[in-house]
Amino acid sequence: MAAITSTRDGEDDPISSYSHVFTPGELDASHGVVLYLDNISVSFDGFKALNNLSLAIDDGELRCVIGPNGAGKTTMMDVITGKTRPDSGTAFFGQTIDLKQYSEVQIAQAGIGRKFQKPTIFEHHTVFENLELAMKADKRVAKTLFARLNSAQRDRIAEMLTLIRLTDSERRIAGLLSHGQKQWLEIGMLLMQEPRLLLLDEPVAGMSDDETERTAELFLTLAGKHSLVVVEHDMAFVEKIARKVTVLHEGSVIAEGAMDEVQNDPRVIEVYLGR
Amino acid sequence: MSGPLGNAFTRLYGARGWAVLTLCGMILFVVFPLLNLAVPAGSAFHVSAYWVTLIGKIMCFAIVAVAMDLIWGYCGILSLGHGLFFALGGYGMGMYLMRQIGRDGQYRSDLPDFMVFLDWKQLPWHWWNSDSFAWALFLAVAVPGVLAFVFGYFAFRSRIKGVYFSIITQALTFAAMLLFFRNETGFGGNNGFTDFKRILGYSITTPETRMVLFTVTAAVLIATLLLGRYLVTSKFGRVLAAIRDAEQRVMFCGYNTLHYKLFVWTLSAVLCGIAGALYVTQVGIINPGEMSPANSIEIAIWVAVGGRGTLVGAIVGAGVVNGAKSFFTQAFPEYWLYVLGMMFILVTLFLPQGIVGLLNKSRTAR
Repeated sequence: MAAITSTRDGEDDPISSYSHVFTPGELDASHGVVLYLDNISVSFDGFKALNNLSLAIDDGELRCVIGPNGAGKTTMMDVITGKTRPDSGTAFFGQTIDLKQYSEVQIAQAGIGRKFQKPTIFEHHTVFENLELAMKADKRVAKTLFARLNSAQRDRIAEMLTLIRLTDSERRIAGLLSHGQKQWLEIGMLLMQEPRLLLLDEPVAGMSDDETERTAELFLTLAGKHSLVVVEHDMAFVEKIARKVTVLHEGSVIAEGAMDEVQNDPRVIEVYLGR
Repeated sequence: MSGPLGNAFTRLYGARGWAVLTLCGMILFVVFPLLNLAVPAGSAFHVSAYWVTLIGKIMCFAIVAVAMDLIWGYCGILSLGHGLFFALGGYGMGMYLMRQIGRDGQYRSDLPDFMVFLDWKQLPWHWWNSDSFAWALFLAVAVPGVLAFVFGYFAFRSRIKGVYFSIITQALTFAAMLLFFRNETGFGGNNGFTDFKRILGYSITTPETRMVLFTVTAAVLIATLLLGRYLVTSKFGRVLAAIRDAEQRVMFCGYNTLHYKLFVWTLSAVLCGIAGALYVTQVGIINPGEMSPANSIEIAIWVAVGGRGTLVGAIVGAGVVNGAKSFFTQAFPEYWLYVLGMMFILVTLFLPQGIVGLLNKSRTAR
């Protein structure tokens, strides 16, 4: 993967004299920003789902995104993951990866993981197999045909099962899990991909209070190692985990800051919280 | 069993599975040839040429059914055009068999009879090298493979799925049928190829040649089953099933689903091509009727009857439906299509997992 293959004579190599090497497809977050959206606009049949949206997520940050229905939260995730192409604006992952030029698969491989609003797991596979399939590996056809789990990989899956508290359900068919367990399994699958940035669309929807509590704890431990963007309607949950909150309305950012700042912003009260 | 080779075997099937497979192999490779060749024709134990051809034909269909199950049962892609790949394999081999007739045709010409009839003076360009057996094998594999690859690439890249994909495959086989019906295409028009005399210099009608073709077909069928089983029990197979259930999630996991679908789709077409080549040597005729949309739909019915997503079910389904077909088309020819339709409806309503699903259920219930 390294950009420099010739290290025979470092001084002759023009690239190695730079402090900082550009490697295509590899995340470079050395300036501290992992995701950078600038003036993104998307419209569907004249309806502006995103309207000059700008947003920057720092490396290791936990960011909550809130906003009323139709504010463009899911569309924003679609743009980041390559599912929807923006009409205008720029979207960068790190300093070097222009998300507009990559496919969904390439973006996933570059290190962006996404949890859908509705838990999307492989219902007919076992819990173990779900994690196995998600695990970071060479995912090309030729490698997958002959792939065998080694002991390090088995250990990784076992650790993840412990973390998401599904060790006892390892051999169960995932479709038989409870809603909350499915949510956790999907989070586990995301983590198996070892992404730098996690996009979580309503991760605690349908969870019991106890499960919500534990999810909040989990997210707080993940921040730092990963960057997280959490879209959530559950205000109690947001208050519990939020360090910085972004409020979307009609496809644009209308407020950004700490939870109490945002809560006291008159515009936010008008469009969202006050209702 | 131990050692890496032993593990590779036990991963595919358990002890019971291997026992059944060995038993079937014994019957096909030893008992059947002996009863056909060594037992005199008057004996009650003699297996006639009719049965050899019938079982051989059904085994060719079973290969197609396994190929269909790989893409439909495991990857959720319902093709209603698999008859096309089967027929193309048959035509590839058929060209060679036509050339093997030599000057023994009705017109005593070096050219196949239908070309003499059309007053053609030389072989058209696409009959180049058609007197080579190796080339025929190559065509039987490569033509369906390349066609499937190109078609699949555009269809999957455009994310055509579900019923839309099925309809396009129907249109594809229908278009090919119309093309092959034309005399100008150079494949014998609506009569296709028939009246074969020899294969590799041996007479194609002797019991010995027939038995060789029969055992080769049996070997290919078993190899296809084992290959399929390897694929579906590997991580590759789990990715396929995941694509069937939640393709979007597979993509966001970082798998390029286009490559996975294209691989299994092309492999499936190649297997059909091989089956078609074996079919034409035993049945002795190939014509554009094999490309009719109804034929391709029937392939899906075999798999549905036997049980989707089991591989063995596909073989059982091909056997049951075609066994019933050869019985009904002789005993009550006008009712066969009704029987086929009823069979499909009953299986869909009462046996969503097919015959094999029923057997599995009764086994676990006990």
